[in-house]
Amino acid sequence: MPNNLDFVKFDKVDKSYDGKVLVVKDLNLDIAEGEFITMLGPSGSGKTTCLMMLAGFETPTNGEIYLDKNPISNIPPHKRGIGMVFQNYALFPHMTVYENLAFPLRVRKFQKDEIDKKVDKALSMVSLTGFENRMPGQLSGGQQQRVAVARSLVFDPQLVLMDEPLGALDKNLRESMQYEIKHIHESIGVTVVYVTHDQSEALTMSNRIAVFNDGKVQQLSSPDKLYEEPVNSFVAEFIGENNTFAGQVTNMSKDQCKVKLSDGSEIIANPVSVTSNGDKTTVSLRPERALINTKEKMDNNFKGKIEEVIYHGDHTRVRLDLLGNKEFILKVPNSSANMDIKMGNQINVSWNSHDARALDPK
Amino acid sequence: MSSEEQKILTTDGIPLEVSLKKAERKNKIKAFLLVAPLLLFLLITYVFPIGDMLMRSVDDKMVTKMLPKTFKAMEQWDGKELPPEEVFEAFYFDYKLLVEEKTFGKLSTQLNYTKNGFKTILKKLQRKMKKFEEGNYKEQIMAVHPRWENVEYWRAIKRRAPAYTSQKYLKGIDMYKNEDGEIVNVPEDRQIHRVLWLRTLEIAFFVTLLCFLMAYPIAHLLATLPMKYSNLLMICVLLPFWTSLLVRTASWMILLQQQGVVNDFFVFIGLVPDDARPEMMFNKTGTYVAMTQILLPFMVLPLYSVMKTISPSLMRAGKSLGGTPFVAFWKVYFPLTIPGIGAGCLLVFILAIGYYITPALVGGASGTLISNQIAFHMKSTLDWSFASAMGLMLLAGVLAIYWVYNKLVGIDNIKLG
Repeated sequence: MPNNLDFVKFDKVDKSYDGKVLVVKDLNLDIAEGEFITMLGPSGSGKTTCLMMLAGFETPTNGEIYLDKNPISNIPPHKRGIGMVFQNYALFPHMTVYENLAFPLRVRKFQKDEIDKKVDKALSMVSLTGFENRMPGQLSGGQQQRVAVARSLVFDPQLVLMDEPLGALDKNLRESMQYEIKHIHESIGVTVVYVTHDQSEALTMSNRIAVFNDGKVQQLSSPDKLYEEPVNSFVAEFIGENNTFAGQVTNMSKDQCKVKLSDGSEIIANPVSVTSNGDKTTVSLRPERALINTKEKMDNNFKGKIEEVIYHGDHTRVRLDLLGNKEFILKVPNSSANMDIKMGNQINVSWNSHDARALDPK
Repeated sequence: MSSEEQKILTTDGIPLEVSLKKAERKNKIKAFLLVAPLLLFLLITYVFPIGDMLMRSVDDKMVTKMLPKTFKAMEQWDGKELPPEEVFEAFYFDYKLLVEEKTFGKLSTQLNYTKNGFKTILKKLQRKMKKFEEGNYKEQIMAVHPRWENVEYWRAIKRRAPAYTSQKYLKGIDMYKNEDGEIVNVPEDRQIHRVLWLRTLEIAFFVTLLCFLMAYPIAHLLATLPMKYSNLLMICVLLPFWTSLLVRTASWMILLQQQGVVNDFFVFIGLVPDDARPEMMFNKTGTYVAMTQILLPFMVLPLYSVMKTISPSLMRAGKSLGGTPFVAFWKVYFPLTIPGIGAGCLLVFILAIGYYITPALVGGASGTLISNQIAFHMKSTLDWSFASAMGLMLLAGVLAIYWVYNKLVGIDNIKLG
């Protein structure tokens, strides 16, 4: 794969609809060729606006977007050659599946036999061969979705945009479609920009994820890094489950710091975005990184009271009252060693200071 | 498995079908009672009048009833030469009865429709008849006026024998049955109805076209603007409905007449000289302008209701797939609006083809439609059977158009809202 690292480049892009509020603020983002990148964020975070600017349906208020090193702000959508899958599929209801797929080829003046070949190929890619003469209304949601994907790929675009394409499907179908889209991406190597507000979708599918909030990219990294090493408390909160402690840095050293909590106790944490003593901070700890009654040696050891136990089959969720935080969540693997988890019991909870990330205050 | 057909029974042993019917009966009766008033209303105000109109348009019993003996005697007569004595005798007694009942005037009017000149000779016959002697009526009648010796007049009487006639329909398309019973055209200088039919079709067609051309962008704007603007625009579209039709038509008269606002403006900006103001009222132009304005909402509303349901992402999809804005519009958006276009055009065309008030007020001589002719016969000539015949022809025309339309567009494809 020729690694063109800035195949798509957002360069200092601002966007405002009303001249008062910036929806996208100073966006700088490079997308490599062949990459599957996801824009993830809550609604109103500006991710769809970015996608629309890339597709050409919105113009950047400031800055420039480059596609393969060419500025594209003045190129109308139909000349950009970007495939797009819309939120509600946007299949043309008056055309058959075949005609839907043939549309981008016909406007490009392809020959009839070439159109047939490409449509066949695209349909077999989404395993819908034989559905050529159906109308979109006769297809199920998942099938419509696959037609939409096939249509966005049938004219061999270098870049495909997907705007929450799985939002309308039910959970099981959504998961299987995630894998399907991922496999298609891997097999044809097209660059995909995917927009979603569903973090598990983003984590399973992407090479890299750009977490959006408040018109800005909060963090751009691979899924594992995003989950393991969030750079600020928004990302830590938004991706996965998270236990937080609010406090103040008291003892700062190179790779450790002490944080004094509101109830007076002190924990040892990993200083990520704090620099000096007295800084306010939110310490973030993933539930599965805290262990109970462990024999391993860890530098944070505390006692907590069990407030609630919820059985989840393979694991048990335990809510603790720990260090003044009544919403402290633990995930306990379902093994015989943990039989004494009962409401009201006091248990020992330990974690490594490296996993407790001292981030910006909320 | 038994070969007998087994009926499904309910738990109580009653056949399922019977039980279902029983359970549904109450609902069916309720549903029928709910629609009964409307059904009755339609029957009384729609089906009966149209039926009566149909009867009236072909009814020709009046003369048949007035001259029963004559027509009976005429059955044997071949119509080549003057009728035999029996016919004259029968006619004498029929006419005598009418004179005694003082209803002979109606006969002379009716026969005069068939052939000019009957009024005079019937009047003369009525005066001279008092002195008639018994027997040999043929000579006595022929002595009253030379026209009684003309076989044409007797043939004209015979033509009125059937109780039903298609004469009014033929008259509606400027044709008539001549003395030999052939259907021929009215001489060209006396044809009036064909021009009117053609003009009605032409005006209805162009008004529909104009409405469509103007309504399409408005409806699109209505469907795509944000709510706060589209509401205001919608009120503007519906505003004409809040004003009386007469007021609207009258205001067009004020605007478009030769000394009117529009002409004044044209003169003011120097578009036309003051002494050559164009006539825009009391002709076709006036009819076009006023009818288009009045019928515009009927086009906008069905279009709007269809466009409202078209997702804007479809146009975007069309463009992102490589279609120019025009291709995206023509291949994606336009086909999806066809149900609305169909409904709007049909609605406007049918309304326009039977429009009355506006063309009557602003149409002048060259801008009146067939409906004005119908009204004229209803009110002025009192030839109701002719008015009925033309009304039915109009109805048949509309149904025919509807049928053709169904073949072309498909009624299932129409969406009225």
